[in-house]
Amino acid sequence: MFYREAGQFKTSYRADQGILTIVQDRFVIGAFAFVAFCVVPFFINDYWANAILIHVLVYVLAALGLNILTGYCGQVSLGTGGFMAVGAYASYKLITAFPEMNFIVAILMSGGITAAVGVVFGLPSLRIKGFYLAVATLAAQFFLVWVFNKFGWFFNYSPTGMIVSPPREVFGFLVTGPQASPEARYLFCLSFVVVFALAAKNIVRGRVGRSWMAIRDMDIAAELIGIRPLEAKLTAFAVSSFYIGVAGALYFNVWLGSAEPTEAFDINQSFFVLFIIIIGGLGSILGSFLGAAFMVLVPITLKTVMVDGFGFAVGAAKHAEVMLLGTLIILFLIVEPHGLARLWQILKEKLRRWPFPY
Amino acid sequence: MRLKLLTKVLAVAAIAFPLTTAVADAYELVIPATVYRTGPYAPNGIPFANGYGDYYRMLNERDGGIEGVKIKYLECETAYNTKQGVECYENTKGEGPSGALAYQPLSTGITYQLIPKASADKIPVFSMGYGRTSAANGKVFPYIFNFPATYWDQASVFVKYIGEKEGGMDKLKGKKIALVYHNSAYGKEPIRTLEELSKKHGFDLQLLAVDHPGQEQKATWLQVRRKKPDWVMMWGWGVMNQVAIKEAASIRFPMDRFIGVWWSGSENDVLPAGEAAHGYLSGAFHAAGDNFRAHDDIKRHVYDKGNGGGDRDRIGEVLYNRGLVAAMWTAEAIRTAMRIHNTKEVTGEHVRDGFEALNVDAKRLAVLGLEGFTYPVKITCENHQGPGKVALQQWDAKEKKWNFASDFYTPDADVVGKLIAEDSANYAAENNITPRTCN
Amino acid sequence: MLFLLETVVSGLLAGVMYSLVALGFVLIFKASGIFNFAQGVFALFAGLALYDFIADDGWFYHMFGFVLPVWAGIIATMGVMIIVAWLVEFLVLRHLVNQEPIILFMSTIGLAYFLEGLGDTLFGSDVKPLDIGLPHGAVDFLLDDYNFYVEKLEIVAAVVAAVLVVVLAVFFQKTRIGRALRAVADDHQAALSVGISLRTIWVIVWSVSGFVALVAGIMWGSKSGIQFSLSLIALKALPVLILGGFTSVPGAIIGGLIIGVGEKVAEVYAGPFVGSAIENWFAYMLALAFLLFRPQGLFGEKIIERV
Repeated sequence: MFYREAGQFKTSYRADQGILTIVQDRFVIGAFAFVAFCVVPFFINDYWANAILIHVLVYVLAALGLNILTGYCGQVSLGTGGFMAVGAYASYKLITAFPEMNFIVAILMSGGITAAVGVVFGLPSLRIKGFYLAVATLAAQFFLVWVFNKFGWFFNYSPTGMIVSPPREVFGFLVTGPQASPEARYLFCLSFVVVFALAAKNIVRGRVGRSWMAIRDMDIAAELIGIRPLEAKLTAFAVSSFYIGVAGALYFNVWLGSAEPTEAFDINQSFFVLFIIIIGGLGSILGSFLGAAFMVLVPITLKTVMVDGFGFAVGAAKHAEVMLLGTLIILFLIVEPHGLARLWQILKEKLRRWPFPY
Repeated sequence: MRLKLLTKVLAVAAIAFPLTTAVADAYELVIPATVYRTGPYAPNGIPFANGYGDYYRMLNERDGGIEGVKIKYLECETAYNTKQGVECYENTKGEGPSGALAYQPLSTGITYQLIPKASADKIPVFSMGYGRTSAANGKVFPYIFNFPATYWDQASVFVKYIGEKEGGMDKLKGKKIALVYHNSAYGKEPIRTLEELSKKHGFDLQLLAVDHPGQEQKATWLQVRRKKPDWVMMWGWGVMNQVAIKEAASIRFPMDRFIGVWWSGSENDVLPAGEAAHGYLSGAFHAAGDNFRAHDDIKRHVYDKGNGGGDRDRIGEVLYNRGLVAAMWTAEAIRTAMRIHNTKEVTGEHVRDGFEALNVDAKRLAVLGLEGFTYPVKITCENHQGPGKVALQQWDAKEKKWNFASDFYTPDADVVGKLIAEDSANYAAENNITPRTCN
Repeated sequence: MLFLLETVVSGLLAGVMYSLVALGFVLIFKASGIFNFAQGVFALFAGLALYDFIADDGWFYHMFGFVLPVWAGIIATMGVMIIVAWLVEFLVLRHLVNQEPIILFMSTIGLAYFLEGLGDTLFGSDVKPLDIGLPHGAVDFLLDDYNFYVEKLEIVAAVVAAVLVVVLAVFFQKTRIGRALRAVADDHQAALSVGISLRTIWVIVWSVSGFVALVAGIMWGSKSGIQFSLSLIALKALPVLILGGFTSVPGAIIGGLIIGVGEKVAEVYAGPFVGSAIENWFAYMLALAFLLFRPQGLFGEKIIERV
């Protein structure tokens, strides 16, 4: 009943190819965007911004990037942490070397640098596939982190190798550094995520995206119908790394404010982003959002419930939290192996027929 | 069918979600702790957290808090992970009417996180001997305290000790000293100091990095065998310590020439190596053991009532005592803040002033039941690192206890002071901070 | 020259230690196509359970007032691992039959989380020094007379690994169950159609890899004490795995040896020039270099793709 598209006719190809073809979808997404942009900033505080919203947004962006590579092009990568480090360190070098540079430009440029690095580490994908490729991308992960930890130039020769983001403004509002208001930082991240998500949605619907999906589904067949694997795989690596690089730059500058390569960008980071897209749904833009929200919010919720609600000791609560998270992951995979995005689709189907299922 | 099951599970979870209501209580002193009782470093995090918490619990039971104001001690689990540290900080900083009064971040990553944030929120951070060393400069870092001694102090003390054992600092010339370090911000801290000192004294410094977690160190110790350093220093953490001590024993490196940083000198680190670890040295700024009056009070007021944080027989371990001494200094800073501001309802800003006027001398230590537990500490507005004295303790594998192997040395102030000034100036320039004036 | 030899020998022995972990991955991947991320946690869990049976500060001692001798402890731990394997099959795998490999991979991560939390909850997070009487330290006469250092524990590990491989080979080649296992590894459906029960086979395979994890847990645990970090040894096994091939038992051993020697020689001889701690990424780069020539690993089954 709620999702019935009966009576909604399209009169042009343009309308038929829209992203949200159903009025209800447009309404829901519009309402979400309205709340996110116009309501949340009035209620946001440091806790919500730092612990939850910016945290989720940064991972949404990283997940979008990995989803392009893994979900759409079928190349499993475990180098996400390393590529985020490239983005973070590129942005750090840019904004400390050119303090006058516009911050947005600096972030986009660090995305570009990451894309270039991503293409280099994507080259083995032309020959290696599946889990072999996944483990091979770990070479990128370990090597990049080692580089940023080793060579003083990257961290401006600070004695520990720690990088600290200096305060920078966008349109007159501070977005980095301790004085930046939570609203400004939240809106800054949100704008990036929205623009990049729209871009991703359109890329994957277009020619490039279709060639990626053809490669994913069967690369030999794709080659036979005239798709160049070299081009398709490397563009996927480039676009994906661009997203991940931007995510890394935001992660370091806007969210954490300081980072050291061995901890902030370690292999757990790579795994975490991979979990997000698997739980959210491979090959789904919406899935990146849902997955990031799930992986960030569930542990925090569990912790809050157990520690603040039931008064568990923190250590025991953490163990219980890890166990529950593991159980939930398995449970979700059993219920719906294609992720939360698929679950949402099924729900939409049900809503469409409700209350008269046949 | 499966969807239904899931819905049911979620519904039950939602109902079970309790509504937490804020109850307005009497004024409490909120002291959060970002502890790590889980994850790869948990074996070290647990005793520290127990000591830190037990001391506050003891104050609450014995004295009704600090000057009669109850302490609300809040633990938050980070698993030694910076991202969870962020959540913990934001979650606890606004707790109660006082807000958080002081943080003990307990990880280099989280400390770096909190340095700008807590300064902006006006909450003191007491990174006791860890974190950013140049935070010792109180003019640039008004809210960060890293007394009683930093890693740089410690590195210079180790060199002094080595010089003494070799028969004079001039004998250091041409000696070979290796540094085995955890390849992270923490492990890299002493490098610059040691490089300066090697220039000054003419010893040969050899750097050997070990990646997290450090279960496989064959290559590192093969290099030690190859280069045959006269002394080995170690900046290790977690499993890396245990493996390093075992490997050193295997290649028969003399244990009394192997010096660990104070995070590499707990019972956990030496016990797995058994007898072989006998004679191993590590830095220390407080005693080990539970033969102090404060420990008796903790046993009587906390453990006898069943409120203890850990096992009774593990009171007095090195890391337990480190937590205890951290809690003691924090409590004394709060007490000082109450005195100078003449109020019982202190805030973070007051406690900062308390830290800057902190003076725990031998007499005060005796009153606290910690006579001879550590050395007197006096903090001022410009000097946040205190006296910087470090002693060496030695492991007795037969008795299974740590004993002091030396007196407290004072660090090489010329070298360390210069580096601190340099690094804090860099930080101030990068972040547009004008150093304040102290009077 | 002698030192180079020493480095190579140490590398070979360290490689054996990696192989022990990699073996568990291979067994499960071969039989069920699952990349079992929880293998490292299995080793940790097995080590924790073993410690609990044989030490006087565990649950077992508190409940029964005595501790088991080491051999009985190992058997009891094996029992625990069989129960774990059965539960994994019953609660997880059974419901995920025929899913894509990446989904199965993800479910083993969920499993890893669960076991991690469970292990810590049951047995505590302290470092547990595991001493089951294995020798450790340098081999004395070599070090005294020839200044040549070899670690005793690692020699034991090498012997154990050799025995393990022989036992596994016999098990796979000569027993009924082994033949069934190989049949399943070749083709699930064909195996089903000749009356082999997939479920039983899976329980057996997971138990066997639980046993391998126990051996790995004992070896690594004797080295560093049983503690959480033990679960991270899985990362050391991954380059071994891609180099040797996911499906080959000899591949896991030879891959381990190559990685071990390669990374130690690189670290000791090249490390000082490019900056130390290169061994981690070097292992992966080495494996990657091999992969560029043989994309299925040295001994992996040839990947045949048809449209």
